[in-house]
Amino acid sequence: MMPLLTTKGLSRNFGGLRAVANVDFAMMPGEIRAVIGPNGAGKTTFVSLVSGRIQPSSGMVVFDGADITNLPAYARVRLGVAYTFQITSVFANLSVYDNVALPVQRTLTDGRSKGAVRTGVMAALERTGLADRTHMLAGQLSYGHQRLLEVAMGLALKPRLLILDEPTQGLADSEIDNFIELVRDIARSATVLLIEHNMPVVMQLADRITVFNAGKILAEGTPEQIRANTEVQDAYLGATP
Amino acid sequence: MKDASPAKPYALHLGVIALLFALSFVLPDYHHGLLARIMVLAVFAMGYNMLFGYVGLLSLGHAMFFSAGLYGAGLAVIHLGWSVPAAFAAGILCGAALSLVIGVLALRTSGVAFMIVTMMFAQVFYLVILYFASWTGGDQGMVVPQPARVLGFGATSLDLTNPTVRYMSALALFSTVLLVTLAVVRSRYGRVLVAIRENEERTKMLGYDTFSNKLAAVVISGTICAASGAAYALLFGYVGSSFASVQYSILPLLWVLLGGAATTLGPMIGTLFMYYIVDITSGYTSAYLLIVGIALILLVLFFPKGILGTIRQRWLGWLP
Repeated sequence: MMPLLTTKGLSRNFGGLRAVANVDFAMMPGEIRAVIGPNGAGKTTFVSLVSGRIQPSSGMVVFDGADITNLPAYARVRLGVAYTFQITSVFANLSVYDNVALPVQRTLTDGRSKGAVRTGVMAALERTGLADRTHMLAGQLSYGHQRLLEVAMGLALKPRLLILDEPTQGLADSEIDNFIELVRDIARSATVLLIEHNMPVVMQLADRITVFNAGKILAEGTPEQIRANTEVQDAYLGATP
Repeated sequence: MKDASPAKPYALHLGVIALLFALSFVLPDYHHGLLARIMVLAVFAMGYNMLFGYVGLLSLGHAMFFSAGLYGAGLAVIHLGWSVPAAFAAGILCGAALSLVIGVLALRTSGVAFMIVTMMFAQVFYLVILYFASWTGGDQGMVVPQPARVLGFGATSLDLTNPTVRYMSALALFSTVLLVTLAVVRSRYGRVLVAIRENEERTKMLGYDTFSNKLAAVVISGTICAASGAAYALLFGYVGSSFASVQYSILPLLWVLLGGAATTLGPMIGTLFMYYIVDITSGYTSAYLLIVGIALILLVLFFPKGILGTIRQRWLGWLP
């Protein structure tokens, strides 16, 4: 089977800092991959390079067999690479409906979905449990609901690869359980790349884990392999048994 | 923010148009003429609002789009002897072409840099008008002669210098632009424009090419402003460089802020309000600008989102 996403020698420098250094990465369609690593390890920079929010200093990104290194972010989104933000950035002054209508109408324009905008919006909101808040302003939602809205917007893009950047950050424990279910549900129709600090979430969700440290991939494997890896324990897991 | 039923906003807008139509028959001559002028300039403000209100791009150079229409139509009549419809079309085309070029260049910047770049381009446009004084009349401007301002339909003809014809022409342009604006802002495209205003980075990550969307908005905005300028030249018969000066880039901003940015009817209300404050106060004192200034300060204090913007926020959430 061909990998959905591959990076070859992907690097990004910020001045003298090698935020991402020579990363070779591959993930298969349908998997849930977690990217973990200490703060400043280059996780967010890495997914930003994949989504096209920033340009690499060198190396290439291949999505579904095509080189997308030089495509702007919006064109990658149209190919099916969706990114949800680490810091919640829903459109606070727009209604929940309008927030989701934007990605839905985009996929309609691209011919990646059919039907009315309203149908698509309601489908995404029902999946995330926000259907009863359609006409509220997004800024008036609770933080947890804003995170869900962020995911609903990602879902409405009909992604083939959904990148979730720290989705459970700031959520209460009760909300996290629902979130895990939601990600499992999403993974039935899309490949999920997840940056996450919450280790129980990672261990429950991920098929495979990639560990970043100092801009490089330190280790990669199943949750059990990563748990047993002494290098990873030294670099990151520390107290976690 | 947006009500599901489209009936209310359309009824309101058609009501406003009907009211303006009815006013034509009851207003005394002086106010009749003033209102015709206000409607044409409100079109200018609506064009400005398209970009400033909905996309959040503050341009300080829209006088150049207005004057592109003004001169495009005026010069076509005066030097080429074109008919009224042809000259009107020429004015609009000049504005569309100019806004496309300026948009491609100016949209490489944003924020304060965008303000400065648009202002500089407008200043260049203004100086070019002065430089080619032999064609443009320089700072004196030119009068479009009355015989050239007659619209012929076979045997019958419409004289645009006739007050009623002028008022109705202004109303026709105003209504068209108002309904077009309403349709645009309620469309999917309008939703994208607002999204760009609220968070451009996020909009990109939803798959939108924000540059192209903004460029289209600049062209729509510039074209509407040019339509206003072309109508001004043909209806009021004066083409002058003062309309290209920086003052006429700032006026539409004031009108829109007064009436309410990102409201479809705000530009009309703002233009009307400003014109009448100046008109009424200048009848009492030569220091009328002082009173205008105080009125503006009071407005900013008590109606920070403009007249209609505040009404929408407090009472009528469905206003487009």
